[in-house]
Amino acid sequence: MLKIWSMKQQQQQAENAEGAAGKKKKKVTAAQLRVQKDLTEITLGNTMKMDFPNPDDILNFTLSIEPDEGMYKGGIFNFTFNVNQNFPHDPPKVKCTQKIYHPNIDLEGNVCLNILREDWKPVLNLNAVIVGMQFLFLEPNASDPLNKEAAEDLRTTREHFKKNGDAVNQDLKLAD
Amino acid sequence: MNPEPTFATNEQSRWKSLYNVLSKPGPFADEDWVPGQDTIDALESSKILVIGAGGLGCEILKNLALSGFKDIHVIDMDTIDISNLNRQFLFRQADIGKPKAEVAAAFVQKRVKGVTITPYVGKIQDKDEDYYMQFKIIICGLDSIEARRWINSTLISMVDMEDPESLKPLIDGGTEGFKGQARVILPTLSSCIECQLDMHAPRPAVPLCTIATIPRQPQHCIEWAHQIAWQEKRKDDTFDSDDMEHISWVYNAAHERAQQFHIHGVTFQMTQGVVKNIIPAIASTNAVIAASTTSEVLKIATSCNPYLNNYMMYAGEEGVYTYTFEAEKKADCPVCGNLARKMDVDPNMTLGDFIESLGEKAESQLKKPSMRTEEKTLYQRFPPQLEERTRPNLSLKLKELIEDGQEIAVSDSAYTIDFRFRLNFN
Repeated sequence: MLKIWSMKQQQQQAENAEGAAGKKKKKVTAAQLRVQKDLTEITLGNTMKMDFPNPDDILNFTLSIEPDEGMYKGGIFNFTFNVNQNFPHDPPKVKCTQKIYHPNIDLEGNVCLNILREDWKPVLNLNAVIVGMQFLFLEPNASDPLNKEAAEDLRTTREHFKKNGDAVNQDLKLAD
Repeated sequence: MNPEPTFATNEQSRWKSLYNVLSKPGPFADEDWVPGQDTIDALESSKILVIGAGGLGCEILKNLALSGFKDIHVIDMDTIDISNLNRQFLFRQADIGKPKAEVAAAFVQKRVKGVTITPYVGKIQDKDEDYYMQFKIIICGLDSIEARRWINSTLISMVDMEDPESLKPLIDGGTEGFKGQARVILPTLSSCIECQLDMHAPRPAVPLCTIATIPRQPQHCIEWAHQIAWQEKRKDDTFDSDDMEHISWVYNAAHERAQQFHIHGVTFQMTQGVVKNIIPAIASTNAVIAASTTSEVLKIATSCNPYLNNYMMYAGEEGVYTYTFEAEKKADCPVCGNLARKMDVDPNMTLGDFIESLGEKAESQLKKPSMRTEEKTLYQRFPPQLEERTRPNLSLKLKELIEDGQEIAVSDSAYTIDFRFRLNFN
């Protein structure tokens, strides 16, 4: 035990660092630090907006996507992001806050995006998730659906899907 | 006729081999090490904390008590389940439902004369630094990465140059099936849990779409019941994996779904396993890893032999392979990499001026920093919505935003690492 402590002293002398003594104050957590870093590296473009209901809590925020091309052009789609203290070991939890007609998003708002579940890795960052979310609106994936009805519709009658989707999403806009 | 040895001499002879090891220098012992009574006293007076009283914890408690430690504490929040009994040998059928920490402590204390084991039933997060400060060494047998990260960062933040006793070696063991690992962490000196976080692959998850549309395995049906059906039908109840009624509900829903898809094999036990994320445990793997970690505690507490430096992996699923290596400290580890540097600041300076000064100071040279304290976002450059919300802080004085001695964390897109400063008002 004494040996370990003298190793510590040597390390400290070598670094010639300032003493770490001080009052006990809460430290910024590893998850917060990683999110702070991730946020500075996000590219939003002009189709996406982020908002922070409580600016001091960067672990909870919203993302709205307004696609400028594809079948979902003209709509605004809102998501909540919840990052827990085990980030980046755990992926962020993303939910759609409105009802949407989309093969990969169910009516409860659950999102089926591979990097939000089975393919999440701690080396991925929030930007990767946001890019993935954007992609869902440009290229809805009918072969791996969460909303079976919407997927079937998209697969068989792309035009009908467009109309149906428009109608459903329009309804929702009115409901809001 | 030879007299039968009395009980008392038996008790003393129990430690004979141990005392031999601690009373004679071996070829690998440190030159400065003084064997003998002082070392034996050091062992017996060392207060050890065991985190977790499950598969590894039972082994660890037994091993520590049989290695001569006299003052052991154990902390665990769980209660005993029938499925524990095959390997968690300190528990009996009559103990089902009782707290693991209490039952394990009482059992070992009764079995090994002279040892005191103090249980605490609860979460490690319930305890503060003062609690952890009383121990000499902390040994973990945990099943969650979250808990490991918590104790790791707590022990690292406790290290205080003025007080040698504040550096608490952390011995961590972990098993999964036939695989295991043992490691020695000397907070701030050696590689920590967070340094190797990338190494722990998250548990493979089933794609949500498979669960929602085309289940193929009984586990998929259980996941569906747990994640989708529960949310639909019982939105207002928070799911509790220890609540039997909740598990039964999920089991029934899963069973019904399995029948629809002609899938066999959904059982109550499997339901419990899936929703509680139970890791397959093999008794012997636990024994191997617990033996390895507890002998490190003995070596570190007495200095009798060199300790593990610093990572031993055990792979028993295909023959047996073990490998010991030194995991390296990560320079940009968010927990141990850059501990807070002290920085003297004028409390009347505005945050904007402070940020500008960071760009000029030689030790930081941060041109575009974003920064926060644990509870407050001081200034965040991006995304624009957050920049706008935190911009008013720039004209506030430091003393209006932070307390004297508070730590801030600074990120700058120009650097891959982050910086921590402890701001002292002058």
